[in-house]
Amino acid sequence: MGAFERWAKQATLEIQEYVSLVCAAATGVFTRPFYYHDVVEQFDLIGWGSLTVVLLTGFFTGAALASQSGFTLDQFGARPVVGRLVSASMVKELGPVLAGLMLVGRVGSGIAAELGSMTVTDQINALRALGTDPVRKLVVPRVLAGFLMAPVLTVVSDFVGIVGGWIVSRFQLEVASGLYWSSVTRALYMGDVWMGIIKPFVLGFVIVTVACHVGLRTTGGTQGVGKATTVAVVAGSVAVIAVDFFVTQLLMNILY
Amino acid sequence: MAATDVALTAKQILSEPGAPVVVFDHVQLAFDEKVVLKDVSFTVLKGHTKIILGASGSGKSTSLKIITGLLRADAGVVWVNGQRVDELTEAQMMPVRADLGLIFQEGALFDSLTVRENVGYKLYEESDLSIAQVDRRVEEVLGFIGLLDKMDEMPSALSGGQRRRVAIARAMAFKPSIMLYDEATTGLDPITAITVNDEMIKLRDLEGVSSIIVTHQLRDAFYVATHMAVRDAAGQVRIAAATAQKEREAEFIMLRDGLIVFEGDAHDLRRSTDPYIRDFLS
Repeated sequence: MGAFERWAKQATLEIQEYVSLVCAAATGVFTRPFYYHDVVEQFDLIGWGSLTVVLLTGFFTGAALASQSGFTLDQFGARPVVGRLVSASMVKELGPVLAGLMLVGRVGSGIAAELGSMTVTDQINALRALGTDPVRKLVVPRVLAGFLMAPVLTVVSDFVGIVGGWIVSRFQLEVASGLYWSSVTRALYMGDVWMGIIKPFVLGFVIVTVACHVGLRTTGGTQGVGKATTVAVVAGSVAVIAVDFFVTQLLMNILY
Repeated sequence: MAATDVALTAKQILSEPGAPVVVFDHVQLAFDEKVVLKDVSFTVLKGHTKIILGASGSGKSTSLKIITGLLRADAGVVWVNGQRVDELTEAQMMPVRADLGLIFQEGALFDSLTVRENVGYKLYEESDLSIAQVDRRVEEVLGFIGLLDKMDEMPSALSGGQRRRVAIARAMAFKPSIMLYDEATTGLDPITAITVNDEMIKLRDLEGVSSIIVTHQLRDAFYVATHMAVRDAAGQVRIAAATAQKEREAEFIMLRDGLIVFEGDAHDLRRSTDPYIRDFLS
């Protein structure tokens, strides 16, 4: 068998397994048994647990964006519209993508490592032997938490990013606060807001399902767990950027 | 005959002593090019012990995974408690697994849960019993294996032998009628291994549990086959030498290259003249 044929077979198998996991998770959301306790726990871990990193990255990104774009806008005498640039960039693109990347780093890696180590130590098989479906018990709560908390975290990230931009605009660029905030709101259309809210739903879902898929297919002991964690972060990060591009194209056709 | 009558008859047959609770019929399994089980057939009778011996990679653990439906055979038929499990889906396997207690090679305890939560896992999560009822059962089971004082410890705080015993407690908490032990004593020192072996013997002789023991530890295999648990007049349990009848209820099979190369009791195994078996025993 040629190397390409082997690779193609492996890739097809991965896609088949991923789709099968997604279908099983979707079924698990709407049918019993449903592990409420685990769902609440995952909302806390994924949502509340990721808040700090999302706040910090959102704030500094907004601040840096204002600082950089302020000097560029100066060339056109357009420094007062810096708020417009910060809000449009944060809400439409940077907020969802950066929150997504932070979730990959914090949540995706954690899920892959946790499920990976459970797989290699036979804990997943032990769950099955004890009559528990691992998808319902482990995947469904994480997918629900990722799907629903990613938009919340993105909105938080957008807001603190705009606040970061305001601090830089006010104290470094010396743009009046009223001018900054009116420029922020003037730049945003409903289409932008929808785009900024719909994208994180998709990104949150992709990040968690990719991490669960990689974690549950871990082999090769502790070395395998390390490898799975790396794969989950790399695949998750690429998926965030790629999915963001395609969803943006789709939403631009629908919303504008 | 109505379906319920057939089910009742099957249940009655399976409740009789010596009924076939696990049947492996010409089972085959391969992973890509590697053939693990070529053609394996055996039967486990109710209340009896089947000890599967063999070198690493001979398909011992794989057989247990096929019985529990964690792996699917490529060919052949597998019956567990009157159900043909080789054609059941994952969801259909769940009720079959309710009567199977599987002890994994390294215990496979849930490392984020305490000993109490591990032992009561199935009852807390998958049964309608109240918390108080489950707690009572957990205490009873941990008392049986002598680890009541470890109830609130995490698995990482236990020794290797204690972890295996907790794994046995977890598997027996929901009172399965068949226990499957996958290398339950491998890596343990002889003294600890004997405490684990004693638990297996007690479960078999006092609770009437049928057992399949996968091991390559000959000393432990012979110990389980040649000892029995008896309760004296004062209610104290002790482990004694097995009677001839009891010894015959422990059957050995040896796997080699995906085939059964020996089947018989401890006596037959010791007297075997097969060079491979002689090498294995020496």
